[in-house]
Amino acid sequence: MKHEILEKNSILLTVAILVVVAIGGLVEIAPLFWLQSTIEKVKGMRPYSPLELMGRDIYIREGCYVCHSQMIRSLRDEVERYGHYSLAAESMYDHPFQWGSKRTGPDLARVGGKYSDAWHREHMANPRAVVPESIMPGYPFLAKTRLDYGDIADRLKALRIAGVPYTDEQIAKAKADLEAQVRPDSDAAEALLKRYPKAQVRDFDANPKMISELDALIAYLQMLGTLVDFAKFDASGPNLR
Amino acid sequence: MADKPEIDEVTGIETTGHEWDGIKELNKPLPRWWVWTLYATIIWSIGYWIVYPAWPLATDYTKGLLGYSQRQAVADSLRQARAAQAKFVKAIAETDIAAIRSKPELLRFAVAGGRAAFGDNCAPCHGSGAQGAKGYPNLNDDEWLWGGTIEQIYETIRVGIRADHDDTRSNDMPKFGVDELLTPEQISDVAEYVLSLSGKAADAAAAKRGKAIFAEQCTACHGEDGKGNQELGAPNLTDAIWLYGGDKASIVESIRTGRGGVMPSWEKRLSPVVMKQLAVYVHALGGGK
Repeated sequence: MKHEILEKNSILLTVAILVVVAIGGLVEIAPLFWLQSTIEKVKGMRPYSPLELMGRDIYIREGCYVCHSQMIRSLRDEVERYGHYSLAAESMYDHPFQWGSKRTGPDLARVGGKYSDAWHREHMANPRAVVPESIMPGYPFLAKTRLDYGDIADRLKALRIAGVPYTDEQIAKAKADLEAQVRPDSDAAEALLKRYPKAQVRDFDANPKMISELDALIAYLQMLGTLVDFAKFDASGPNLR
Repeated sequence: MADKPEIDEVTGIETTGHEWDGIKELNKPLPRWWVWTLYATIIWSIGYWIVYPAWPLATDYTKGLLGYSQRQAVADSLRQARAAQAKFVKAIAETDIAAIRSKPELLRFAVAGGRAAFGDNCAPCHGSGAQGAKGYPNLNDDEWLWGGTIEQIYETIRVGIRADHDDTRSNDMPKFGVDELLTPEQISDVAEYVLSLSGKAADAAAAKRGKAIFAEQCTACHGEDGKGNQELGAPNLTDAIWLYGGDKASIVESIRTGRGGVMPSWEKRLSPVVMKQLAVYVHALGGGK
């Protein structure tokens, strides 16, 4: 084939490059949108509660993903250490997802419920206080920083545009739900649990005087990997990869 | 481009016909063996398409003749590992926990399994070397809050401390300061006396006043001599081993708030065999009674 025509016409060359690159994208990405088995059928997944979502945004803001992945691979050593391998369904409401293979710190896909809130509080303030060999930086300011959640409803709305099925009710009650998650035994907390089943309601930072960024981050960490009911997960059939 | 290949005068090799500012390019094709290797790998890849999952279809994808599945593979390898361990697991399940120590083969398996389970479940608080941290006991030394025999260690792992288990180990040291049972001055005096118990420098007059308060408020659990009581989980105050720090400020804080750390109950999360392995491992760390 004569390259000369392409090499001497920059517009034609640009178009040809686009066509070639698009083939790779189409073959690798496009089928994921129609393949039935892309996202497993599971019970228990729900969008993040407002407080968990704020915690997730802090997680991303602080760059936790630089050292921690949230993806347990289907390998024996990973499954033995971290628990059931991660499912695509478990990150279907993540924008962006937190997969990865960079593990300076441990994988956090199922860290929820593994440690106590008190452990997380100490660990965030000074990781060396509980894990002497840790190289994680401390985040003591989280406990002292008031959570700025004035725009929480807008955050839910933005995610709805990206495809997360937040209802109008969930968006309208976002602020109330966020505040309810640190007030156990209140009516608002009951309502929160109806909208977000399995949400954990407590004063995560043990400081009833304010809702801190630490409240949000611990609420997020404590729910990671806890939603899908693995007793009801059938690993065969279309879920077999 | 010239119709006939042009031959370079200097080297005698034909050129590609491309010319940039008078500079011409020699036509030096890739070695033939290299090109054929490339073609061979492309043909080889077709075999992969046939035997492994490969191409997307309308709603499904080609599964491949081998029926290979990464998820099936990990399930199989886990099953194989369980089968390989089954003999020991069964033996440990059937053996009395104290008797495991007298059977070298079982002891080896229990300590190895215990170490792995410890790293995964216990190390975050007690440390990867079981050295503990402030608020989390050191498990290498021979000071035990709730007893250091292998059965007592197993029981602590099983029910936890102040955990959500019906039989959980629990005590409740009063919050002498927070609940205003003692005045700050009295707490300071008791702290001076507690300092003196382990031979630390203390204000003699304050310690004397503190001794009287100690006799009234503290001896029921910590004992008249301050040596503690494992039945109640009351720590020995005379051995210079401190869970929350042995300086005066830490002791005052302990008396003021009562402390009261939590250890989870592991009965719902770990199998009896794994808990037995953990107890054997912790006991073998050096402090076991």
